[in-house]
Amino acid sequence: MNPAFEVVLRVVILLLTFIVLALVVGQTEHKVMAHMQGRLGPMYAGGFHGWAQLVADAVKFVQKEDVTPRDADRWVFKLAPAIALAPYLVVFAAIPFSATLVGADVAGGALFVLAVSGVGILGVLMAGWSSANKYSLLGGLRAAAQLLSYELPMVLSVASVALAAGTLSLSGILEAWHPLWLLWQLPGALVFLIAAVAELKRTPFDMPVAEPEIVMGPLTEYSGLRFAFFLLAEYGGILVMSLLFTVFFLGGWHGPFSDSTGPLWTLLKSGAISVLIVWLRVAWPRLREDQLQRMAWLVLVPLALAQLALTSVWVVFSSR
Amino acid sequence: MTDHQHSHGNPSKASGFIPGLIKGLATTARTLARPTHTAEYPDVQPHLPPRTRGVIALLEENCTSCMLCSRECPDWCIYIDSHKETLPATTEGGRERQRNVLDRFAIDFSLCMYCGICIEVCPFDALHWSPEFEYAEFDILDLIHEKTRLGQWMATVPPPPALDPSSAEPAEVTAANKPARVVRPAAEKPADTSPTEGA
Repeated sequence: MNPAFEVVLRVVILLLTFIVLALVVGQTEHKVMAHMQGRLGPMYAGGFHGWAQLVADAVKFVQKEDVTPRDADRWVFKLAPAIALAPYLVVFAAIPFSATLVGADVAGGALFVLAVSGVGILGVLMAGWSSANKYSLLGGLRAAAQLLSYELPMVLSVASVALAAGTLSLSGILEAWHPLWLLWQLPGALVFLIAAVAELKRTPFDMPVAEPEIVMGPLTEYSGLRFAFFLLAEYGGILVMSLLFTVFFLGGWHGPFSDSTGPLWTLLKSGAISVLIVWLRVAWPRLREDQLQRMAWLVLVPLALAQLALTSVWVVFSSR
Repeated sequence: MTDHQHSHGNPSKASGFIPGLIKGLATTARTLARPTHTAEYPDVQPHLPPRTRGVIALLEENCTSCMLCSRECPDWCIYIDSHKETLPATTEGGRERQRNVLDRFAIDFSLCMYCGICIEVCPFDALHWSPEFEYAEFDILDLIHEKTRLGQWMATVPPPPALDPSSAEPAEVTAANKPARVVRPAAEKPADTSPTEGA
């Protein structure tokens, strides 16, 4: 096959898969949250239980006026939604769905996905800074502080997994995975899950967009398609973080009959994690800003370090 | 996450944040498993109790144009026009009778506050509550409904609820069951002592 054509084909397939799966996550959030609150959620769009609600929303967002505030830093303001969305797309490309099904097999995959997902901070910070709005600025700074503090425990917990597998490649980690890791890496998994929810700026860590305090945080001034991009970035973020959690801690494609149904296992596990992330939003209140920082530095970082130490000791002794 | 926020709370009640978080998860999961109570209104008609105050219906035959409802209405939203008609005497040499004829009976539902006083005061049961509620209009002026429209709503008025098991019989039944008045024979003789009032 022509290499250029293959690249284009892969990109198109990845883009479509990403958008479809992100919309599925969004629809799941709508319906699961509604039923957890004793409601029905969307019921009309598309005919069957409102399955096309997010498509209808997208059409609505396209029709809306795209307002840029007069005092905004125009280029930065307009670029921010793309910066917020693109990293998740790139990370999505590097995630293996099965032993053979992967958009782009990167040698240092674990390092790559963590580094690229960290770029997402920039989008939010740019949005907050360029909006010429106090609430946006406050939200942007909160988001930056939060994402920086939670990046560290996340990296440490992933380092533990990479150490256990002896490789940084995502496929390599999955090759080395064993069901016992569920127990062995449990503290690291908890740390990663909490840090991932914080990275996504979702309840209980949604101070950057805390509606009662700072309107909608960095998204306050956005409207129309650019706002929709931020929403897509949120759903895509849930998708990517769930997939990463599946790959690092739940064994990805491993499962009964995994030779033929590997991608299904990946989707099933990450779907369960996505529902869990939605569930947390419904059930739990928002933390205060200082509680958030305290939790990151006094609980998660020590826990992740302890996990890393445990893994190191185990690896050293077992390799003798 | 440390528990320092709870340290000054009620020690017997504050059992930490972990049970609270789990309780929140459990409650939402239980709600998820239960069917919702949503009434899908435009698709499914709501089940309304019989005494629902939806709209006021008029039974025109019962109305005597006495204006009681109109005058008692706190919002003055009932409009009544009537005129008198003279009925010829039914018997030879009899007296002509007059009766009120209702020309207009309108309720302005943009003013009505559904207090039901008009229905309470009507001495002839011409006004009734109907559970019908789908009469929204695009123009507020279209909410003045005349007697033809008010009369159409009579069909939706539910029958009155049954009486309580041990309650007294309705006044009409009591009246019907009363033994017919026996015409007593004239007193044989008037009392010999005339009443001496004030004596």
